[in-house]
Amino acid sequence: MKGKPLASIVSAGLSKFGKMEGLYGRELFAQAAKEAYERCPNLDPKKDIQALFIGHMGESYEHQGHTGATAADWAGLTPIAALRTEAACASSGVALRVGIMAILSGMYDVVMVGGVEKMTHRTTPEVTEFLAMASDFPFEQWHGITFPGLYALMATAHMHMYGTTEEQLAHISVKNHYNGSLNPKAHMQKVVTLEKALSSRVIAWPLKLYDCSLITDGASCLILTRPELAKKYTDMPVHIIGTGHACDTIGIYERESYTTLKAAKLAAKQAYEMAGVSPKDIDVAEVHDCFTIAEIIAYEDLGFCEEGMGGRLAESGETRLDGRLPVNTSGGLKAKGHPVGATGTAQAYEIYLQLTDQADKRQVKDAAIGLSHNVGGSGATATVHIYRRE
Amino acid sequence: MAETAPFTIEQFYRFMSQGKLMAAQCMECGKIMLPPRPVCDKCFSDKLQWKELTPKGRLETYTVIHVAPPKFQPLTPYTVGIVRLEEGIRLPGMIKGVELENLHVGMELEIAFDSSLPSEWPAWPKYYFKPA
Repeated sequence: MKGKPLASIVSAGLSKFGKMEGLYGRELFAQAAKEAYERCPNLDPKKDIQALFIGHMGESYEHQGHTGATAADWAGLTPIAALRTEAACASSGVALRVGIMAILSGMYDVVMVGGVEKMTHRTTPEVTEFLAMASDFPFEQWHGITFPGLYALMATAHMHMYGTTEEQLAHISVKNHYNGSLNPKAHMQKVVTLEKALSSRVIAWPLKLYDCSLITDGASCLILTRPELAKKYTDMPVHIIGTGHACDTIGIYERESYTTLKAAKLAAKQAYEMAGVSPKDIDVAEVHDCFTIAEIIAYEDLGFCEEGMGGRLAESGETRLDGRLPVNTSGGLKAKGHPVGATGTAQAYEIYLQLTDQADKRQVKDAAIGLSHNVGGSGATATVHIYRRE
Repeated sequence: MAETAPFTIEQFYRFMSQGKLMAAQCMECGKIMLPPRPVCDKCFSDKLQWKELTPKGRLETYTVIHVAPPKFQPLTPYTVGIVRLEEGIRLPGMIKGVELENLHVGMELEIAFDSSLPSEWPAWPKYYFKPA
């Protein structure tokens, strides 16, 4: 079983990420689907795609629920089986996992997985309120704890326990903005200096504006098939060789530690074991940097460094595009943007590009094994996937 | 009667409005649950009792919120944190009455109870923490 492909990605699509004035979520999803169809001329979407699993966090943004059918409709895929998965910011990481299971079950030969969120037409306080719905209502939201607030609680604890600094947090921001400047689909495509990141206004101390991911509109998708059918559709499939998924208490206050996400550690362990690889085998990774502290904790949870050393790894430069282990080559949630429901499969999209040598200026040379890490809420859900090139 | 009151979040907040910090304790395995749960998440027993906790403890972590949802925006900047109570259980909440420069991990705080019980859902009084 170790290292055996579970399912193969034969195509992928991503809408432009950003403030997509006047475009609704379903329209962004249609853009992502069109790109995936065009990348894979051997595939007849209407004939071949048998099911759609789509991650979408909230109906509040667009006053629109029932996303499975809506997205299938706008992607021209009716009347296939279509289903929405919801796990806050990990909604499409979970959709990917469900798609893999659907392929492994033998029920379907080809499925589409994806995600979508339309956010920028709402005010920042409204978005803050909608995002907070993924946290505990009676004890967190009720007492004014926001999403940046939850990650700020982790940051304060990490700084207190390990001496992590605000400057180390800012290094994540500078790196991811640089990567985003090379990604034509990123929401923000300009570099940010350490000074600018450090002097930006406070959102939830110690997190500042440049520690927070962007409120973004976007959609993403992948087309999966059984590994033995992959070559029918493309010469360059990417194989998914490991998947992990775990949950934790909804309230951060009930966890043993605020400086590690147990669900992410467990999901990583499952994925590494299934793939038969270890952290040192990873050539490129997309991790869930909803806040800079989240990327630092991800380094530790994924085994890229020892516990407590994430801040030092951030400032060492080893996770830059030219480093030993490039992380968030897409720009991450920080610069590419974080349309929450779309993020999990958007991370997989970047890994797909990297492992098929299509990442252009962001290409990591000879990348063979990739990893994506998608977190829901303050860590109550996490998924980790491991991929390898053909 | 306190002993027979349901082990729910509603009941927890009703006690809070009476100035009592009450947790559920499993009579089978002893686990203390805050918030209370109707079934023990460790051993699945529903043989529970109410246990009054000391309404003070030490600050484990905190943040100062500057951007908030509409209802909280007028209060910004405000401080929230997680307090480890003397019994080792944690409770989050706002912290009032501490100058920002004096806030630190490990400081002693106690609960300030709020006796109001709103008539509409959610009928949850806004307790907060203040210096002990």
